[in-house]
Amino acid sequence: MATYLFETEEHKTLRAQARKFAAAEVLPHAHTWEEAGIFPRELYRTMAEAGLLGIGYPEDCGGQGGDLSHVLVAAEELVLAGKSVGTCVGLGSHGIALPPIVKFGTKAQKERYVKPVLRGELVSALGITEAGGGSDVAAVRTRAVRDGDHYVVNGSKTFITSGTRADFVTTAVRTGGEGHGGISLLVIDANTPGFRVAKKLDKMGWWASDTAELAFEDCRVPKENLIGAENAGFLMIMMNFVSERLMLAGQCVAIAELALRETIAYAREREAFGKTLNGFQVTRHKLAEMETRIAAARALTHESVTRFLAGDGDPALAAMAKNTATDMCSYVCDQAVQLHGGYGYMREYPVERLYRDARLYPLGGGTREIMNEIIAKTRRY
Amino acid sequence: MKILVPIKRVADPDNANKVKVSGDGTQVTSEGLEWKMNPFDEWSLEAALRLTEDGAKKTRTGEVVLVTIGPKDAAQTVRTGLSMGAERGILVEANDQELDSNMVAQILKAIVDKEKPDLVVMGKQTVDGDSNVAGTVLAELLGWPLANYAMSLATDDDGKTLTVKRELDTGVSTIKVTGPAVITTSDRILKPESVKNGVTPADFKYPEAEGGRYASLKGIMAAKKKPIDEVTAASLGATPQKTLSYLKFELPAARSGQTTFVESVEELVQKLKSDAKVL
Ligand SMILES: Cc1cc2nc3c(=O)[nH]c(=O)nc-3n(C[C@H](O)[C@H](O)[C@H](O)COP(=O)(O)OP(=O)(O)OC[C@H]3O[C@@H](n4cnc5c(N)ncnc54)[C@H](O)[C@@H]3O)c2cc1C
Repeated sequence: MATYLFETEEHKTLRAQARKFAAAEVLPHAHTWEEAGIFPRELYRTMAEAGLLGIGYPEDCGGQGGDLSHVLVAAEELVLAGKSVGTCVGLGSHGIALPPIVKFGTKAQKERYVKPVLRGELVSALGITEAGGGSDVAAVRTRAVRDGDHYVVNGSKTFITSGTRADFVTTAVRTGGEGHGGISLLVIDANTPGFRVAKKLDKMGWWASDTAELAFEDCRVPKENLIGAENAGFLMIMMNFVSERLMLAGQCVAIAELALRETIAYAREREAFGKTLNGFQVTRHKLAEMETRIAAARALTHESVTRFLAGDGDPALAAMAKNTATDMCSYVCDQAVQLHGGYGYMREYPVERLYRDARLYPLGGGTREIMNEIIAKTRRY
Repeated sequence: MKILVPIKRVADPDNANKVKVSGDGTQVTSEGLEWKMNPFDEWSLEAALRLTEDGAKKTRTGEVVLVTIGPKDAAQTVRTGLSMGAERGILVEANDQELDSNMVAQILKAIVDKEKPDLVVMGKQTVDGDSNVAGTVLAELLGWPLANYAMSLATDDDGKTLTVKRELDTGVSTIKVTGPAVITTSDRILKPESVKNGVTPADFKYPEAEGGRYASLKGIMAAKKKPIDEVTAASLGATPQKTLSYLKFELPAARSGQTTFVESVEELVQKLKSDAKVL
């Protein structure tokens, strides 16, 4: 299989470990968990025990070390060998919830929130999006008003990954005036009086990953839970988006790779007009086209990640990588369903699920249009 | 405690590139194969690691030395074992095709003479050759006691004596062995409470697993700095002679995949006699 150009022997060993974990702990339950819309909470612990939860976090935060390149490689094997994208992204919600605390949080916040999550004891979520608007992050309306040693939070969030059972939410709140200069990040414990999971949301894909609408009513949050400085949240959120988008691009590459594998295996087995599907030149060319597009998206993702790790985190390039990977993934999954014929439309075939999972990527983590907006703004066309 | 764990890389059966036989049938070819640690060796390594650590505190209390006999790139398999927690490795350079179980045992003896471990814990067989010979021959050459097919291990107070439960077709045989000794393991050695070393709290349970422990990324990074000594049989003073030679390899006939459905037990018995010819 094609891998990223940045990979070393170390990544190869990591791949083997992640594969072993996913094959043993996820694959046998993939269909059941996807259909049930949730996976067991114990899986966080199992994954931590296996040394796979703390990848990309510094050791002094309870992490395993490594960087985004290791995160991408481990996530890819989880998808390929586990075949449950929902489980994989649910397990991975810390990847967007924790980095602001790791980068800008206090030592006490790291002890209280980061370490237990990486031990698999606490579940974390990131709460930015609101019903009133997701793309326009600067328009966040959830309010946090200072009252003595606390912030009093009122408002709501929606589409929050792992929201139904998160123990805390890294939340974007308005502490100041209008616009991006008035936003802060606050860690809100789920057991704070006034915090409520308003709804578990039903979705098109990513079924095994729970998604929630959250409500805050006069939640008193200690001022120690503020991440970094007051009203400095917007920049932290934007920085967080860059790595998130590269992770999402990596997931698209992984999902498409899985769809391709499933389709090649199917095309070698399934017969029509007296020969197997791969006996038709048109099928082989279709597979070639799918693999070509995967290779192109992988190459751009590789370049973006490599530059990001070298300290050149161009947000435009990350946006380009995300759009390239999401469009590629939608195309590949669509073709995978097509080559499966009617079976591709049936729930018991993984490509049916991948097709639905793929639809999230041009939306989540910033839509395709917002990616283009970022590219255009950065380049000042 | 110092434990020597011999490991071998084998073709990964889950890999798409299946094992092939060379055109003239004289050897199994390895081109394009993905390698992994022989699963039986992975279990032994897990047992050895459990014997030499505090499982609850996750600290090492003894030494595990890995040894593999094979080409230079077999070092990757040793590196995986080091990532799981072993202290160091030895690579005895050799060509897989030119080895037999007897030679492996003789080379291992030379390593044991040099390293003087308290125990050798090894897989009972490899999944490629499936000979189930090397451990037994090694014990014989060393004149050490042999405890085959261990399903549980517990050190006694002196740390030298082990109570070993052996998994046999006829039941479980419990024996006491005083080291140095050779032990081969069965997969039950992976059970959460199968290894007791007097250091790990007696009530500690390892996670339920099908193979050895996962190598964490931290472990993988640490392994890069652990030494792997490269030696040759000659440099160890061993001159093993090949006594077994393979005449011809053949792949088993492909399965037809044909399924027959039967209505009754009588019909089943009749079909097993007439069609399957197994009765
Ligand atoms: C499964 C799932 C999981 C999610 N997980 C999380 C999570 O964990 N945490 C979190 O905070 N959020 C999460 N989200 C929310 C996600 O980030 C938002 O859905 C996304 O940012 C888009 O916001 P919106 O849905 O409000 O769409 P809108 O902002 O209302 O956009 C609607 C349409 O208008 C377009 N549009 C908007 N502005 C412009 C513009 N300036 N120019 C051109 N077109 C424009 C958009 O591209 C889109 O096509 C998740 C979403 C999903 C579906």
